[in-house]
Amino acid sequence: MAQFSAEKLNKVNEIIARYPAGKQKSALIPVLHLAQEEFGGWLSAETMDYVASLLKIEPIEVYEVATFYSMYNLKPVGKYVFEVCQTGPCMLNGSDDIIEYIKDKLGIKVGETTADGLFTLKTVECLGACGYAPMMQLGKHYREHLTKEKIDAIIEECERNAVTNN
Amino acid sequence: MGRKLLLEKAHVPGIRTYEVYRREGGYRSVEKALKTMTPDQVTEEVKKSGLRGRGGAGFPAGMKWSFLAKPEGVPRYLVCNADESEPGTFKDRYLMEFIPHLLVEGLIVASYALGSNKTFIYIRGEYAWIVDILEQAIAEAKNNGWLGKNILGTGFDLEIYVQRGAGAYICGEETALLESLEGKRGNPRIKPPFPAVKGLWDSPTVVNNVETLAAVVPIINIGGDEYAKIGVGKSTGTKLISACGNINKPGVYEIDMTISVEEFIYSDEYCGGIPDGKRLKACIPGGSSVPILPANLLLKTAKGEKRMMNYESLSDGGFATGTMMGSGGFIVLDEDQCVVRHTLTLARFYRHESCGQCSPCREGTGWMEKILKNIEYGKGKKSDIDLLWDIQRKIEGNTICPLGDAAAWPVAAAIRHFRDEFEWHVLYPNAAQNRNYGLAHYADPLPVAAKT
Ligand SMILES: Cc1cc2nc3c(=O)[nH]c(=O)nc-3n(C[C@H](O)[C@H](O)[C@H](O)COP(=O)(O)O)c2cc1C
Ligand code: SF4
Ligand code: FES
Repeated sequence: MAQFSAEKLNKVNEIIARYPAGKQKSALIPVLHLAQEEFGGWLSAETMDYVASLLKIEPIEVYEVATFYSMYNLKPVGKYVFEVCQTGPCMLNGSDDIIEYIKDKLGIKVGETTADGLFTLKTVECLGACGYAPMMQLGKHYREHLTKEKIDAIIEECERNAVTNN
Repeated sequence: MGRKLLLEKAHVPGIRTYEVYRREGGYRSVEKALKTMTPDQVTEEVKKSGLRGRGGAGFPAGMKWSFLAKPEGVPRYLVCNADESEPGTFKDRYLMEFIPHLLVEGLIVASYALGSNKTFIYIRGEYAWIVDILEQAIAEAKNNGWLGKNILGTGFDLEIYVQRGAGAYICGEETALLESLEGKRGNPRIKPPFPAVKGLWDSPTVVNNVETLAAVVPIINIGGDEYAKIGVGKSTGTKLISACGNINKPGVYEIDMTISVEEFIYSDEYCGGIPDGKRLKACIPGGSSVPILPANLLLKTAKGEKRMMNYESLSDGGFATGTMMGSGGFIVLDEDQCVVRHTLTLARFYRHESCGQCSPCREGTGWMEKILKNIEYGKGKKSDIDLLWDIQRKIEGNTICPLGDAAAWPVAAAIRHFRDEFEWHVLYPNAAQNRNYGLAHYADPLPVAAKT
């Protein structure tokens, strides 16, 4: 079973040390982020059980949390996840067209992953970038002021990175 | 040009680094507070300043601080609310991204006033790169003796930690935030007890917004009385407004609260007007939860007075003809936008974000979304409009936390002011699929009652 490296375990212990004794459960959300990054971009039952054992809590306490927060993926996702905002302010600036364009271009529906496992398309609610709309989150960063041309460029960029990273 | 207290230095090159920030006068408020003031004196200055919470509710910050219980031998905590998820709102992000040391400085002074030795910044999970910026600023502050043990030789100890959420608007509600910080689902707690008595890990806790805590810096530097002179009435100091939607210059603006809404939208110093010379149809001036107003009621109150960008004037007329300052998320709709469609996106948002604990909110938000979808896509009935009204009324005031109200108000205000647009959608479903109701009469001058 996959386990954190010594370096990541140090990070986990560093986080736990912030809280009073016995309150190590407070580390759950940050540790689940770490786990998702480390173990393939999603949280399997096995990963969640591992996190429970690290924090000395019941597995159900982890499942409860993992299912509540929208940033945790409970199914495998593509290497690049396009999370496009569709809330009011982005809609006023054409996010619906951007979502349609990505669907056409990648040949997938919202929530699906391309056959080559490269791209997943998700719609999300306001990400706090309303003045720079339309926008999406890609990994750790935001891509803002999206246009069709920018989408083309981002897709090409991801395809290039996928080749060089393999 | 209005006075700038928070963003004045935000664009000095290199201001993100400690050296530049300090050279520009940073951390003076910490020296002043820790070396020359008692914690209670700091709280007193904040009270005098009239600073109101910038997270949305506008509760006086100094008063909140003075409610903090101080039992012997129990730790107290300050938690900074950086969850910022209210649609239209992106001001805290701007402040943290451009001038992170201002927040760190404010947190040190506030922690001193409240007696918090461990202060947490709870930041929405999506702002992942801002965590790095903040942690860098915290590390620099620590290396320079502003954090850690025995700060400035005063005996005061403080550590600041940044903790990410993971995608949940409800975690901006302060008790849901505390649950989340404790590693649980973000289910709001039943109050009382209030966090001031029983908050993080059952200890007395103050939760304040990013902008509120940053404002403590100028308050200590210039004094509470001076701060209170800026602005008007109970709208003291400066306010960050994040402007978006159909405007030429979307972005974050610091205003002193003496300008009019019209000036804010049309002047080149702020939003710069509406693109392509289009006309203003409607605006939600304080984040998605506050009532939407048609152009005529936005620019002038029902009494015919100029509406100003401050707490009192924006709420003039109550919900019947006014709105709220809220979080300062200013959303502008031009004449080609559809109020039904916009309201639908907000209803979907609240349905998605309801934590599900209370049935009126959990079920009601789902129904509102469904009915609005029907109306928008030409399958609505006239009775649906009354049904929507009925549902929102049954949510409002009947839930554990204010998210229920926040979901009800946008729907209520849209029907209150734009009922004919809703009716047009159900009467002419085919037309509504192809074109827009447009500006209609929403910008027409209001009949003003003659002075008696
Ligand atoms: C559903 C909901 C979401 C909220 N989101 C935020 C938020 O993202 N940021 C924030 O500062 N306050 C938010 N609040 C308000 C907080 O509960 C709390 O009042 C605020 O953090 C107090 O800080 P202040 O007094 O400095 O404004 C939210 C409230 C509710 C009901
Ligand atoms: S009002 Fe909605 S979000 Fe708030 S506690 Fe109830 S169900 Fe949860
Ligand atoms: S509405 Fe899309 S980022 Fe706010």
